[in-house]
Amino acid sequence: MNAKQLMSGFKVVPVDQMGINDRIARIKSRSIKKEAKIQGLKMALNMIDLTTLEGADTPNKVRQMCYKAMHPMDQLKGAPSVAAVCVFPSLVGVAKEALGDSSVKVAAVATYFPSGQTTREIKLQETQYAIDEGADEIDMVISRKEFLKGNYTYVLEEIIAINELCKKHDRRLKVILETGELGALDQVRKAADIALLANPDFIKTSTGKIGQAANMQVTLVMLQAIWDHYQRTGIQVGMKPAGGISDAKTALHYLMMVKEVLGEEWLSNQWFRFGASRLANDVLMQLKKQETGAYQSAPYFSKD
Amino acid sequence: MAALDIQKTYKIFIGGKFPRTESGRFYPIRNGKDELIANMCLASRKDFKNAVVAARKAQVGWANKTAYNRSQILYRLAEMLQSREASFASELEALGLSKKKSSAEVEKAIDTLVYYAGWCDKYSAIFSSVNPTATAHFNFSVHEPMELIAAVAPESSPLFGLVSTIAPIIAGGNSIVLLASEKLPTSAMSFAEVIQNSDVPAGVVNILTGSMDELLPHMSSHMDVNGLLVARPGVDDSIHETLVQNVKRLKDWSETWEDQGPYKILDFQELKTTWHPVQSSAASGGGY
Repeated sequence: MNAKQLMSGFKVVPVDQMGINDRIARIKSRSIKKEAKIQGLKMALNMIDLTTLEGADTPNKVRQMCYKAMHPMDQLKGAPSVAAVCVFPSLVGVAKEALGDSSVKVAAVATYFPSGQTTREIKLQETQYAIDEGADEIDMVISRKEFLKGNYTYVLEEIIAINELCKKHDRRLKVILETGELGALDQVRKAADIALLANPDFIKTSTGKIGQAANMQVTLVMLQAIWDHYQRTGIQVGMKPAGGISDAKTALHYLMMVKEVLGEEWLSNQWFRFGASRLANDVLMQLKKQETGAYQSAPYFSKD
Repeated sequence: MAALDIQKTYKIFIGGKFPRTESGRFYPIRNGKDELIANMCLASRKDFKNAVVAARKAQVGWANKTAYNRSQILYRLAEMLQSREASFASELEALGLSKKKSSAEVEKAIDTLVYYAGWCDKYSAIFSSVNPTATAHFNFSVHEPMELIAAVAPESSPLFGLVSTIAPIIAGGNSIVLLASEKLPTSAMSFAEVIQNSDVPAGVVNILTGSMDELLPHMSSHMDVNGLLVARPGVDDSIHETLVQNVKRLKDWSETWEDQGPYKILDFQELKTTWHPVQSSAASGGGY
């Protein structure tokens, strides 16, 4: 089916904002006991896409981050490596070389990240370039301009085109909705539903480049969209909240939410990721705290 | 018509706000006649942890203010305290302190704030030095704040003791997380209101109420605390084993908290020494 046909049967699902807030409040008030906390922290660490997306990124900065991705903290027993590093396409080659044959993947943002304000041709070219450089995963942005105009078919067409390119080369695709630019939760749900019609590997909240990044509200709405999609089609799609998640406690709340809404099958870095740069250190600090009993201090942990 | 008797709810002071303890615990304060004065928050280790986060965030901005500005803010604290002298005195009397002792507490607290306000921009001029060298170097030493100090205020002097602990530490550009007097804590939380009203940036001073025995182990083991001040007797020697984890400095003011002086500021300063080769600075045009 092409985008037009897919969109013809599209139904808008309303979001119960009060219900969402209520459910999140309940998740946040739950206490987690020590063993579960340690397990959850390790899981969260293993789900991080360690990210640097700055104009000032240099090959050496990326190499350093890759080392951190593989060895978050060697002296901490049982600390896993992170899931992936996330960089601009021009630094994929550097990251790939630095990571060698480790299990850490390379994700590249493409499609004129973060604004997406360019032609489809250029977006496809950039995606192709990232793939050629060796990116295992592509993080694309949807065209918010077309979405806000109401041109949903265009948005879907574009996702399908990029997804096809990724699938042709056996790469995984994450679709960034940039929820902070969409407005109300109803719009988030709508954008998520549209993106899911293309069956990408992940949907992702934000670029991290605007003030309003991931929060539990939009994540819960997107998780519900993923669940409904799974019920309808049997196709599993992953979730990646990104930006603004900087403390371990919040990360654990997200994991509880995933477990509740989607279940165990989503609790691996195959289907759930955190896009973050600061979260890894806070998780490490909490793990170290659990090991030593003493609250930790940032200067004792490597900056990526 | 008689005014309503409105009881004050005392909470704790973290990051410029007055939250309740996250633990939900409290302990009653009674006067000599066994009448209930107030229920105070029994702060937990997590409250302490939250306070450290707030203090860490605030410290850089506080240290980067000019010494003169810090001085103005400390003086402002004295002004605000003086304007509420009567209410502080009656709050202390309610705890069972004599009228004389109560007003002395407030007066001495005000004096102490003015005293350290004066020292803010002077101690470094007096205690820094240009050091002799055998080579062509310019060598000087200056004091820098240790940054984040956890403190236990004296038990018997609820306001003067509290201010004697806070003032020298923040005068030197540190931030502080302080445990107030356990049995006489009300005026400490009222002093937090004075702090909140005096341009002291949120988080520079954080005040908890509760038990020293419970919190001291966490104060001494927290890796993000740079110095520990205890102005109360009863510190066990085993504390050094945890202090050494991050080379925390311990100062015991249990006998000396009443003595004022610039050395109190130096107790929580680091001495930083810098070498400059003289030739290269001359070659660069004698910029300094």
